Amino acid sequence: MPWTACVFRNIEPGGNAHLSIQKPDYFCISAVAPGIGLEFAGHMAKAAPIMATGQSVAAMAQRLKIAIVDENPIRAAILDEGLREAGFLDVIWIEQTRHLLKRVYEIDPDVILIDLANPSRDVLEQMFQVSRIVKRPIAMFVDQSDAASIQASVDAGISAYIVDGLKKERMKYILDLCISRFNAFTKLQDDLENAKTALEDRKIIDRAKGILMKAKSISEDQAYVLLRQTAMNEKKKIADIAQSVVTAAEILK
Amino acid sequence: MTATLQPLRIGFIPLADATALLIAVDKGFCADEGLAIELVREVSWSNVRDKLNIGLFDAAHLIAPVAIASALGLGHVKVPIIAPFGLGVNGNAITISPALQRALSIVADGDLRDPLVSARALAKVVAARKAKGDEPLTLGMTFPFSTHNYHLRYWMAAGGVDPDEDVRLVVLPPPYMVESLENGHVDGFCVGAPWNSVAVDLGIGVILHFVSDIFSRAAEKFLAVRQSWADEHPETLLRLVRAHIRAAAFVEQPENHREAAELLARPDRIGVSPEVILRTLEGRLKVNQAGDIRTGKNYLLVGREGAARPDPAQAAWLYAQMVRWGQAPFDRAHAAVAAAVCRPDIYDAAAGHAGSSFALPDTVGAFDDAAFDPDDIEAYLGSLRIRR
Repeated sequence: MPWTACVFRNIEPGGNAHLSIQKPDYFCISAVAPGIGLEFAGHMAKAAPIMATGQSVAAMAQRLKIAIVDENPIRAAILDEGLREAGFLDVIWIEQTRHLLKRVYEIDPDVILIDLANPSRDVLEQMFQVSRIVKRPIAMFVDQSDAASIQASVDAGISAYIVDGLKKERMKYILDLCISRFNAFTKLQDDLENAKTALEDRKIIDRAKGILMKAKSISEDQAYVLLRQTAMNEKKKIADIAQSVVTAAEILK
Repeated sequence: MTATLQPLRIGFIPLADATALLIAVDKGFCADEGLAIELVREVSWSNVRDKLNIGLFDAAHLIAPVAIASALGLGHVKVPIIAPFGLGVNGNAITISPALQRALSIVADGDLRDPLVSARALAKVVAARKAKGDEPLTLGMTFPFSTHNYHLRYWMAAGGVDPDEDVRLVVLPPPYMVESLENGHVDGFCVGAPWNSVAVDLGIGVILHFVSDIFSRAAEKFLAVRQSWADEHPETLLRLVRAHIRAAAFVEQPENHREAAELLARPDRIGVSPEVILRTLEGRLKVNQAGDIRTGKNYLLVGREGAARPDPAQAAWLYAQMVRWGQAPFDRAHAAVAAAVCRPDIYDAAAGHAGSSFALPDTVGAFDDAAFDPDDIEAYLGSLRIRR
């Protein structure tokens, strides 16, 4: 009788990762990146000693073939890199979800990483049904509501749902590795977003300064001080005040 | 009533049969019951199932066979799930490519709108392809434990097509169905609203059958909760079900269709045009590119004719399909567990009255008249020619 089990742990709003194990020594992790945040880094540090207890990590790494199903090339690359650094050299990226099942059968991986936000997760579910390969799926979930319970729930889950031939340290190691890589990806995205916003802000502030300098015949520094003072008085961001100035100037044109 | 402190988290898949849930929240029926709800839109049934099982969701819009599979521990971990409210009856449809439609109409011995005629025509097309050495037809459905899977199988098997030997059945996420039909990855599919209509509107699919052509009543989705959650929150559950009962009644008033369609169409809900949802609610579907409209009196029952009251016999029928297609061994005790997933008693307690005044025809009322007795599943299975 095929069976599966679920475990989850909490990371941070919006972020989750997923692991499912399908037969002795065959497991599948799915994970989703958005929102897995830095708060989790502290837990990762605490988790590190446990990661290190996986004595046969190197042996495991040599044995495992890992497929990454992710339409996001950057996230896939970051995950791939992390796995390789950890000694998992047999990593294959499946970019297209079309004919996913066929690809998975061709590759015949031991581990599948799939973005939980990818609807094709249901396609993989079909493997649990019909495949001669897959006999014992286990699903492990990583999701967020309360960061404090991460460790306990992971431990409980891994202990409860361990399959033959897989030590919990091994599963934990891979899970933790994935999560830390997703953190790296999310940070990269955040940094990019912040940089974009900063650039936008500077552009709008420059335009507002120009408008003020012309309208009030003041210097650039004075214009900036005026914006900053107004922002402080109104408890708003300078960029927001600058936007109001620009909008007003456009209306008054 | 005072609002609960923690909002209930309820997962759903953007489909028309989430209507009662979405309206219960967005029209304020849940708020009237003092319930704060956080709706979480999901992309896969696996996600919904796992998050419900694990406790990340308090309740979920769940495909009915998945609830039963969870209760039985089939294909996944065993988590007792109950269904106090039926979310969707008869919303599925079978859509095929125009090419397959042409092939069927050439060999059809009668009106293709008759599912027995279409299933037999399918058998002829399948045989002809086999004789020519062509690839078997590929048909999409949404999940191994899905009504879509069983509906497709039931229909084709009645015409003599063995769903495991003669065609290829593949799981496809609903949002990918239409694209897969367009690029020839599949020749047809069985999916819930609004995806059949989306394929028709794009001119790449023809609706061959409403599932209501095949069964007079087929339960498809449940409002599902964990048994343990129900035990811990009996009062909250009653309020939740009551809000759903009111929402279903609201949706079934024709004068409310427009408002409901607007609410459901929002990008964070079902996310398709209100017109498509309106046609779905009215059971008035465009079935082909020529713009032919078919009306189905029994298409997508949300609350009318007692559809929202969960029926243990429907659950037993779904369990019988699992056995029929080799997903589960037959076991009388398992049949009882499956049937007990449906909890009309909770529905009745929430509604404030007992029982349903609707006399239901032979549970599912299959088009080929195969009688189903939930108390004698073995006899039913024995009467079926194609099975595992």
